[in-house]
Amino acid sequence: MKLYLKIWRQEDRTSYGKLADYTLDNVSEHMSFLEMLDMLNEALVEKGERVVEFDHDCREGICGQCGVMINGRAHGPLSNTTTCQLHMRSFKDGDTIYIEPFRATAFPIIRDLKIDRTSFDRIIAAGGFISASTGQAPEANSIPINHETAEAAFDSAACIGCGACVATCKNSSAALFTSAKVAHLALLPQGKEEARTRVKSMMNQMDSEGFGHCTNTEACEVECPQEISVLNIARMNYEYNKSRILEK
Amino acid sequence: MKSATHQRKLWMAGTGLFLCFFLVIHLLGNIQLLLPGEEAKQQFNWYSHLLAGNIIIEVIAYVLYASIIGHVVYALVVTRKNKLASGKKYKYDRRSSASTWQSRNMGLLGTIIFAFLVIHFKDFWYQYKFTTLPLDEKGNKDLYTVVVAAYKEWWYVVMYEVAMIALGFHLLHGFFSAGRTLGVYHPKYIRWVKVAGWAYTGIITIGFMLIPVYVHFTKA
Repeated sequence: MKLYLKIWRQEDRTSYGKLADYTLDNVSEHMSFLEMLDMLNEALVEKGERVVEFDHDCREGICGQCGVMINGRAHGPLSNTTTCQLHMRSFKDGDTIYIEPFRATAFPIIRDLKIDRTSFDRIIAAGGFISASTGQAPEANSIPINHETAEAAFDSAACIGCGACVATCKNSSAALFTSAKVAHLALLPQGKEEARTRVKSMMNQMDSEGFGHCTNTEACEVECPQEISVLNIARMNYEYNKSRILEK
Repeated sequence: MKSATHQRKLWMAGTGLFLCFFLVIHLLGNIQLLLPGEEAKQQFNWYSHLLAGNIIIEVIAYVLYASIIGHVVYALVVTRKNKLASGKKYKYDRRSSASTWQSRNMGLLGTIIFAFLVIHFKDFWYQYKFTTLPLDEKGNKDLYTVVVAAYKEWWYVVMYEVAMIALGFHLLHGFFSAGRTLGVYHPKYIRWVKVAGWAYTGIITIGFMLIPVYVHFTKA
């Protein structure tokens, strides 16, 4: 199929970017979206132009590295999928596709479609861990945890930190990302000990990174490749309110 | 150590829920306008007088003024901060397909409601508190006649209805969103909050929408 691409090109963090037009022919419907971009980049190399830079790693939908706005939606037209798991069969011959980086003040653009998501790392560093030594992996099984709790914690832990929640939020809120880690650790006995200080430090870090307020539009859950539930946000709010009430 | 974003949302939720509670009291008062003829007048004026002369209601009234101002001020701050957080706009934006219209337009709906409130306060609250209204047979200030005179105008009723539709959508998202901010996270209770939100929104919106239309066609 033949595609008309409008891709955001930006030299570096400070320079002014704009959409550039490309036409790509002979795109197979079996290609993944990133393979389509590889094809474009090959053509650009042959012409001696700078390639379109974008993040990617596993291309299996589990690493959270890839992620762009495709036709105005995070990770493209399908809900709950990563960009690498989107295939060209979701598009038609002759389609125009807008490709832009995830945008938020806390996600500065590094170049083209590549963004700096270290703000997420700093949120995790602020409290998304357990300080006490919990021993080797088999020792975890020595603490009984009921099945439902284990499953719920694992559902929250599934977040891959791609940033689609922020990109799709009208307020660029990082509530879903932060809450997934808060809820994951608050559910488990190893994490409960520090639950009160964790939720406060992580939410403070989230604020100081410049993310916006959560308005509960629930768009984040729709776009999240891991289907992280918005109930994690409710859980985070509960944990935060509890920590404030019990605060000395 | 406080999370500023969550703290602001807690203020929005707290003031919003208080305003929700007030709407119930307000609707209970307005329902008396549906009584037949002269009875409506006496009952409504008696109720207005009861509220005006009550110390508890006086305190609640000040909490109400503070809640309206607080809700608006925090909304403005939150909107401003969110604009800063969003940064550059998308050239092609279809993000709206992932959420409900009202959840994305609480500011617009709130602005319509606030504009209505200014007119509403001027027409009834100011009249009752700061002007000398004629008294009815029982010696109570005759607010009933002021209300009926207002609802006589078709454009006034239309304006009222538009504002109530905006209120309905605002409540539909606001009630549930407040529950979320307060931390209701269990799926069972979330279902209750959702159902309660729908029921509350339905009763309040239909109730307030019905009264001016009824008065317009039967009493004015």
